[in-house]
Amino acid sequence: MTQTRNNIAFVRTADAPLLPAPRNMTGVVGWMRENLFPTPLNALASVLIGGFLIWQIWGVIDWALVRGVFFGEDREACITPPREGVQPGACWAFIGAKFHQFIYGFYPFEERWRVDVLAVVFAGLLAALAVPRVPYKLYTGITFVFGLPILAEILLYGGTFGLAAVDTNKWGGLLLTMVVAVSGIVLSLPLGVLLALGRRSEMPIVRYFCIAFIEIWRGVPLITVLFMASIMLPLFLPQGMNTDKMLRIIIGVALFSSAYMAETVRGGLQAIPKGQYEAAKALGLGYWRMTLLIILPQALKIVIPGIVNTFISLFKDTTLVLVVGLFDFLGIIQAGAADQKWVSAETARSGYFVAALVYWAFCFSVSRYSIHMERRLATGHRR
Amino acid sequence: MKLKLLSAVIGTALTMGVAGASAATLDDVKARGTLKCGVSQGLIGFSNPDEQNNWTGLDVDFCRAVAAAIFGDGKKVEFVPLDATQRFEALKSGEVDVLSRNTTWTMSRDTTGGMTFAGVTYYDGQGFMVKKSLGVDSALKLNGASVCTQTGTTTELNLADYFRANNMTYQVVAFQKNEEVLAAYNEGRCDVYTTDQSGLYAERLKLPDVENHVVLPEIISKEPLGPVVRQNDTQWFNLVRWTYYALLTAEELGVTQANSAEQLASSTNPEVARLLGKEGDFGKGLGVENDWVMKILAATGNYGEIFDRNVGEATKLGIKRGVNSLWKSGGLQYAPPIR
Repeated sequence: MTQTRNNIAFVRTADAPLLPAPRNMTGVVGWMRENLFPTPLNALASVLIGGFLIWQIWGVIDWALVRGVFFGEDREACITPPREGVQPGACWAFIGAKFHQFIYGFYPFEERWRVDVLAVVFAGLLAALAVPRVPYKLYTGITFVFGLPILAEILLYGGTFGLAAVDTNKWGGLLLTMVVAVSGIVLSLPLGVLLALGRRSEMPIVRYFCIAFIEIWRGVPLITVLFMASIMLPLFLPQGMNTDKMLRIIIGVALFSSAYMAETVRGGLQAIPKGQYEAAKALGLGYWRMTLLIILPQALKIVIPGIVNTFISLFKDTTLVLVVGLFDFLGIIQAGAADQKWVSAETARSGYFVAALVYWAFCFSVSRYSIHMERRLATGHRR
Repeated sequence: MKLKLLSAVIGTALTMGVAGASAATLDDVKARGTLKCGVSQGLIGFSNPDEQNNWTGLDVDFCRAVAAAIFGDGKKVEFVPLDATQRFEALKSGEVDVLSRNTTWTMSRDTTGGMTFAGVTYYDGQGFMVKKSLGVDSALKLNGASVCTQTGTTTELNLADYFRANNMTYQVVAFQKNEEVLAAYNEGRCDVYTTDQSGLYAERLKLPDVENHVVLPEIISKEPLGPVVRQNDTQWFNLVRWTYYALLTAEELGVTQANSAEQLASSTNPEVARLLGKEGDFGKGLGVENDWVMKILAATGNYGEIFDRNVGEATKLGIKRGVNSLWKSGGLQYAPPIR
């Protein structure tokens, strides 16, 4: 035994240095091995789905960029093959020529700065509200809810302060989509909260009124509401008492989505344990203080996904205003594609592509922001 | 009992509303200062907005002609783009004063709907489009052809009738949607594409090779398109109708946008003098100024000019006058004399 001990020439006194993991277990290769090709079946699925995606994405890139037509005066540009035997792709020249119309509709050219000013103010206020670090949230909020509509009235509609009046039938495109969607959203949330509270009220008249309101508005399709607002209402009103069509549509959309909002909020109210109500009452809070300070902050936080869901569907439902003769973003693209100066095999397709992209961008950013809000407001009830 | 009362109230309100909207449209329009004209939401050659935010098209120009007759200014029109499903309600509820929206004149629409058609600004009907390479110049040579069409429309029935009446056989290739029909025709799955002729010209522009396709001259069904007004307002009906006739008469007499002033000054033709308001009180009879036709011509030109500018052979659509020629040239457009 001693012999062997003496024969040891080297005794390691420290740990051997850690070798890096095998190269095929780390980095991109390792990630792919672990996530894309762990078993033969998974590998096959990865190859098939990946191949399909690449094929599809290449198809879009080829159509949109490689074969796309970016410059041109009229449809000739979009029907001329870029090379021998190659079909021309997306007609971006059409989008370029009509872009201002997609944004402003028929808003007079010389008055468009008013829309731009409003858009900047809107974006600024929204950013001030959305970014947590910016102070004075309360004042910004009040300005947003009460000041902005007045400013929008003054700027968009005009007729005061030396601004020329622009009738609502000149509004269109993204401007109209935003006006209808934003006013619908801003009006429907408070209305929905009130209706949800009313539906849980202990006063029978309030409760039955709210139930009837919600069930009637939820029970009819939005398209019926729009028809009612645009065509039937003027029949009932006496001649000359014709309110603006756009206003009627906005009110219709807001009432319609407030019914959905009410049910979403009611879901949140029901999720609050009874103990919260009892604790609030035990502290001596009255109904309104209990609701505003204890119940609603918790309930609304729970239903953020539902509220955002309603917002997103309202935003997309604004495309329905086309059936009552208002040109929203999608409608004006369709009308533009019927211009014989531009009509070609790819014109309408390019227009729809842009429409899809814009709607998706709006809805996706709203959705991301709501996820951010959920995380920020999470107070550790997660298990 | 309550229900009955409620329905009675609503019924009265409805009839009052309708009555309110249809009485003396001309006075309403004059008081308002603009004509409200219902047009299509985007139909190639008939009504669509251009890049300068102006509406263009044959239906649109007719609205301008009516506005010019009333106000002496073709710009005093508010265009209300209407969906096919709501167009009649919009007219009846008074949201528009005249509906100029490629609407087919049928008996049921004319007699039961509380509306009246004022004329036919465009004689449409089902036609055929073929590839030029087939070498076919008449629909009667289509024996044995395969025909692409939309399912469940009268188009399919008309097609069957036409081929049977002419002792020809055919094979139908039908699709649910218009885009599918065009795609199938483009891919060569059929020899012939059939739908309304104005539609054929419009769809042709969506093909990658417009010049290789030709629309055959035959029209096998009747689709007269024209302006519609509310019933029970004869004065307004007359104004819209005679605006249309004035456009035709001007073309017949060779009075155009460019030469109307010269014609007014120098023409010795009594018909021209009556048309342009130098003789008689024809405008007054309609409730407008006597120089109404001068104003119409200044705004839009005569019927031929409107046709050529919007859908005619010089445009990208390239529709031939065909049945829409004046009666003198063998077409169907005919106006009673202004006398």
